[in-house]
Amino acid sequence: MSHRRNTELGLMLMVVIITAGAYVLASLGSEARIPANIIPFLVIVLGLLLGAHVAVRRLAPESDPILLPMAALLNGLGYVVIAGLDESLAAAQASWTAVGVVAFVGTLWLVKRPRDLTRYRYTFGFLGIALLLLPLLPGIGKTINGSRIWVGIGPINFQPGEIAKVVLAIFFAAYLADQRELIATSVWKVGPLRLPDPKYLGPVVIAWAVTLVVMVYQKDLGSSLLFFALFVVMIWVATDRTSFLVLGGGLFAAGAWFAWKSFGHVQERVDIWLDPWKDPSGSGYQIVQGLFAMAFGGVSGTGLGLGGDVRIPASENDFIFAVIAEELGLLGGALVIMAYLLMVGSGLRIASRADHAFDKLLATGLTLLLGLQAFIIIAGVIRLLPLTGVTLPFVSYGGSSLVVNYVLLALLLRLSDQTQRGPVKAGASAVVAA
Amino acid sequence: MNRSIRRLGVAIVVLYLALFVKLNWIQVVDKASLDDNPLNTAQVRRDFNRPRGSISTADGAVLAQSVPNPDPASEFDRVRQYPEGDLFAQATGFFSFRYGSTGLERQYSDELSGSTFEQQVRGFGDLLVARENVGNLTVSLRKDVQQVARDQLGEREGSVVALDPRTGELLAFWSYPSFDPNLISTTDQQAAEAAWTMYNASPSRPMRAHQYQDRYFPGSTFKVVTGSVGLQTGKVTDSEPVYPRATSYLPPQTTKAISNFGGETCGGPLPEILRISCNSAFAQMGTETIGPSDMLNGAQSWGFNSAAPIDLPDPAKSAFPTDVGSNPPKLAQASIGQNDVQATPLQMALVAAGVANGGTVMKPRVVHDIRDTQGDLVEGPYTGEKWLTPMSPEHAATMHADMINVAERGTATGLRIPGYEVGGKTGTAQLGTEPPRSHTWIIGFAGPPGQAPTVAVAVVVLNQSGGSEATGGRVAAPIAKAVMEKVLSVQAGG
Repeated sequence: MSHRRNTELGLMLMVVIITAGAYVLASLGSEARIPANIIPFLVIVLGLLLGAHVAVRRLAPESDPILLPMAALLNGLGYVVIAGLDESLAAAQASWTAVGVVAFVGTLWLVKRPRDLTRYRYTFGFLGIALLLLPLLPGIGKTINGSRIWVGIGPINFQPGEIAKVVLAIFFAAYLADQRELIATSVWKVGPLRLPDPKYLGPVVIAWAVTLVVMVYQKDLGSSLLFFALFVVMIWVATDRTSFLVLGGGLFAAGAWFAWKSFGHVQERVDIWLDPWKDPSGSGYQIVQGLFAMAFGGVSGTGLGLGGDVRIPASENDFIFAVIAEELGLLGGALVIMAYLLMVGSGLRIASRADHAFDKLLATGLTLLLGLQAFIIIAGVIRLLPLTGVTLPFVSYGGSSLVVNYVLLALLLRLSDQTQRGPVKAGASAVVAA
Repeated sequence: MNRSIRRLGVAIVVLYLALFVKLNWIQVVDKASLDDNPLNTAQVRRDFNRPRGSISTADGAVLAQSVPNPDPASEFDRVRQYPEGDLFAQATGFFSFRYGSTGLERQYSDELSGSTFEQQVRGFGDLLVARENVGNLTVSLRKDVQQVARDQLGEREGSVVALDPRTGELLAFWSYPSFDPNLISTTDQQAAEAAWTMYNASPSRPMRAHQYQDRYFPGSTFKVVTGSVGLQTGKVTDSEPVYPRATSYLPPQTTKAISNFGGETCGGPLPEILRISCNSAFAQMGTETIGPSDMLNGAQSWGFNSAAPIDLPDPAKSAFPTDVGSNPPKLAQASIGQNDVQATPLQMALVAAGVANGGTVMKPRVVHDIRDTQGDLVEGPYTGEKWLTPMSPEHAATMHADMINVAERGTATGLRIPGYEVGGKTGTAQLGTEPPRSHTWIIGFAGPPGQAPTVAVAVVVLNQSGGSEATGGRVAAPIAKAVMEKVLSVQAGG
């Protein structure tokens, strides 16, 4: 059924055209000339994207046709904006994109049957926690921009927490797929509440608690929020019991209140969110400049390469959405939001069509990681929520996030491919049986 | 599980919808207020980091230019320089990150940065070559003439405006005190703030372009307007009426007479009363010969009660009182340039220019042409545009001759330039009598004999001691004469 692949190829070619066009426009905007390296640029973009496409054609031919083009679009757009902000970051981002595509193909090639991963569930669990703890190790752990979430080995810095997200999602999915019946049916009465028996949740709760404690200690609030939501939603989806959402909401409220009471940096974040204008040139500077930039862009934007008139700290990273909304306006901002929404839609469709609990849960978890992370950072930038620094998946500058998101994408496509083949196989065997 | 997954999908859609709504709020609903926030420097920063064209004088002096910022650590790629310092500050204005822009920098901001529609369309053809799409302004002002104006006025508060009456193009545009736009336009924010504070603390307000943004009593120079209105309405000729010889004039409805300078006795027909600047006669002319409604209409036909259409921002309106109809004493005073009559130096230069140009006042203009970096014309060259026609050529010729008479035999003899035909009118607007102080004026024009004048001028020197009609001639005339002489020698190719 190459229909899906042809759709994907069409979309990929459109993405190549859009990315190359945007690259030319950005260069025209800032330098008033067509970039000298446009031909090699085109060749590389075409090579990377078509390489990924050919790999999918070979390795996961029945998979969803939307996910890869959307990721490529976001990646290309991010690259153009980053190149416009700082030429020196562009080369690194391009290299990381190449590494990401290789990781993507490698994952598709290596993981032939996602359910095989369940065999190593506890390995993944421990690995996840170990990865989270890694930055705390003296010697290799590094604090950058106030968060101790980096590990530096030689010249390469990376955030093990990014890898831990995917690894822990696999662990949660595997564990919950096994225990969901028990968790759903067991009852532990606390007053009027009918809660599940904690003993069946033990390993998950431990993993989650360690995660939260570690990340609060590392001052990585965005990731804490992401993990918390991942944990609660996956249990809810596994058991179909809404009481988990209520319980999770309650725990979240308590945790948030506790964090706000006990940590200065949490209080500061909330204060800035409530009123960035109190100290617009100090603590509120980043948010305020981001708002100025987006307002300056208006509906249609200043044009690619014509932004950057407002100086936003971390504009290539956490605040890249503000730059996109400045240069491409409300239309460009809405485009990015739509792209994520399409990816979430595809991911959840994969989850609902999968016929094994693990596949469903893993697809849900991975989709949630992607969709919620994008939501958390965009909401922070536009002051819908307090700002918590996480990257904008596929768009922000940064290697760890980009590579891990390509791996996440590969896993989703693998799940999709397997799900699509499933009924066909069943049908084929039925024919044989007849 | 699928039910929960579907619900999760709905929940995420709702969250993303909230993002979209909030984004709309910022970029559409709140846009104007965020853009106008004083902390928001997006627009200025954008202008600041864009290439910006230069401003040069007709004789090739660079007045403003953008050069690469020598400080690599600065957030600004370029700095704006004004090589002539304060000499042309009131024409160019400043271009400050912190305080916005004034003068030509503001009026021609789009042209300088190449962002007019026409420039954008032209620039479209240049996509494949690296070229800055900016506009370079050439002004009709001349550094050599401006320098004479500054040297002659010296450190006395006042203004000098010289222009070509045939086109309205400005030749000199100086007022003292001036300011150094480099200090305001520096990228060093603290230095800019210090300079801003210093200039604003000065009571003489050096950052105002007094030439066209401040108004003063025009005093007797206004008699040119009164006389011209008399001529144009047909109520006054060179021979009729003959005003009685008197020391003062008592308008109806008052006991307060208008006296002549120093209790002098004067009277006669228009050429004679203009020559010696006879207050009693002009007061009577305005009040009785011309009358309130013709006088008001006449003054407005010369541009009073409107702002001169100069290509600089925020010109002040010169004023003639509109309530003179039932107030003969006020009309009498207004007819000799007192009471509520107020004029900018530019306006009085335009009065002289109107007489010199056969009764047609051209629009005053600073910028001669705008060219792109290749030297191709974007706009201009300016060849003159009519603003007002307060007089017919015949009546203008009469006033022209009468003003030459003033320069040859009257109060404005200080204007005379050998070999040229020069006309003028002095003015002394008294501010007080103890001790006597006044704004001293002169307006005039000059040109080769028998031809249309090629330069018109207005000079006001503020707050001079003395209050006689001779004061204007003594203080202001030498400045006007020197400036006109310089213009004439340049025009003659010297």
